[in-house]
Amino acid sequence: MGANIYKNKKPLFFFLIPAFAFMIVFLWYPFFMNVLNSFQKIAGMGQAAKGWNEPWYLNYQTLLTDKTIWTSLKNTLIMTLVTIVFQVGIAVILAVMVDNISHGAKFFRTVYFFPIVISATALGLMFNLIFLYDKGMINQLLEMLGKETLTDWKDTGHALFTMMLPVVWQYVGFYFVILVTGLNNISQELYEVAAIDGATRWQRVRYITLPLLRNVICTCVVLAVTGALKVFDLPWVMFPKGMPLDKTFLTGTYMYYQTMETRNVDYGATIAVFIVVLGVVMSKTVNRIFREKEY
Amino acid sequence: MKKKLHKFSPGMCVIYACLILWAATTIYPIFWIIINAFKNKGEILSNSFALPLGDLFTTANFRTAFKRVNIFGAYRNSLIISASVAAVVVLLAGMAAFALVRYQFKLRGVLMSMIIAGMMFPVFSTIIPVLRMLQSWGILNQRELWKSMLATILPQVAGNLSFAIVVLTGYIKSLPLELEEAAFLEGCNAYQIFIKVVVPLTKPSFATVAVFSFLWSYNDLFTQMFTLRLQPHWAITRLLKELTAMEGTNYGLMAASVALVVIPVIIVYIFLQKYIIKGMTAGALKG
Repeated sequence: MGANIYKNKKPLFFFLIPAFAFMIVFLWYPFFMNVLNSFQKIAGMGQAAKGWNEPWYLNYQTLLTDKTIWTSLKNTLIMTLVTIVFQVGIAVILAVMVDNISHGAKFFRTVYFFPIVISATALGLMFNLIFLYDKGMINQLLEMLGKETLTDWKDTGHALFTMMLPVVWQYVGFYFVILVTGLNNISQELYEVAAIDGATRWQRVRYITLPLLRNVICTCVVLAVTGALKVFDLPWVMFPKGMPLDKTFLTGTYMYYQTMETRNVDYGATIAVFIVVLGVVMSKTVNRIFREKEY
Repeated sequence: MKKKLHKFSPGMCVIYACLILWAATTIYPIFWIIINAFKNKGEILSNSFALPLGDLFTTANFRTAFKRVNIFGAYRNSLIISASVAAVVVLLAGMAAFALVRYQFKLRGVLMSMIIAGMMFPVFSTIIPVLRMLQSWGILNQRELWKSMLATILPQVAGNLSFAIVVLTGYIKSLPLELEEAAFLEGCNAYQIFIKVVVPLTKPSFATVAVFSFLWSYNDLFTQMFTLRLQPHWAITRLLKELTAMEGTNYGLMAASVALVVIPVIIVYIFLQKYIIKGMTAGALKG
């Protein structure tokens, strides 16, 4: 019966063509064009390619010898690691805690998720004021606690920390909500049986919650990895142009810098290809490490 | 029933203390920036923790903000861009999701994997050719406002479609077929079934997708950095970004502009949080 309604396939084209036309024109075609562009000469933004590079792999040669791309790769890898450990880690701890309380779970959910809806640009400006050298919130606080010299949170020693802290902070709530949803799917009977058998609360967390949550945690880790590669707004607002001394570039911000600031469009395209390859490699690795066990 | 096992204990206090501590880190910075928007620069740099009461209170920052940059104009631009993105995404993704769920056809699998792969493309990898395309159509960096807006809307729609289709297919799949069959027996054709039966039933999921696309577009600085070059065309995020460059040390103005951007979002969030949280995590949970 159901098949009868939808036997006439004509409407299919009407329903599918707009969305897929959009995706082909604005995602698929540009994606492959971008790979092609990375081998070509492009004089400026929005201009057509002026023939092939000599040799055709010139940009990739540059990529290998470009010190800044390796700095940004290193920073991106650190960022990925930090997001996995701290973003997902803090989220797991908070989620397990919230699962154990009787009041206010909804309040914490609302509050923890809140930073995600605020534009990263606004948060970047906010953190600029918080970490301001002379004197933002942190330095005023340190002064009140008796510290006599001001800390420059944006110098080479602190820059990475100052850049990554807001990124980690902003998205903890996102993984928190995903994990809490996962926790609610765990049958309450399991806990009750364990309690009857004399398991302490910690044992219940250790031997029931965490193992059953494993797959949800894996999802979070994969999301954190792909998310870390997409970060742009916050670092660009707080540390434009890789300051200080190109130390804070991430692959994304460096791609933007090469494309828009130094007008090296075809090299920007090459970095974009590099980002895609990096993304594929990293998510494959994470999948391999974390998806081995099935419960 | 669920929380019966838990009684009051010292451990419980520690748990609540930790939870409240993290809650403080998410609320206090926003609160801090809003109270400082009402103080002058000197006070922000020396006395930022005090509430702006009595002598400390000033609205000078807001007055400067409205005078210096066209904040209302930027709000209007943001609203037009993000509302259009949300509307087009919901419409196109709704149609595509309906067809993908209800029709059996050969290319279905291929199209589904095209959508999933489309979700993986980072915006960095498509932006350069997209800009060239927009340029050749004559809508990139032109004087006319609508051209700049269109140039922002088109790539943003494409960026949200895959996600929206995935969420909506999941929802439409769960709808009972009986209603559509009844409509069919009444003589409705596929288009009428879609508009009169499927669309009304899918409303909650449409809301989720619309909220997500709207927020994503509102907050997306990367596309705006390329497509909105002229000052009158700036949307709110772009305006904020440029403000730091223009008024690097006018911290009062900075705090005021952040407050102006954040306050409407807080209000919307308080009312729509259910849809917002669902919308922003839906894609993750389905994948």
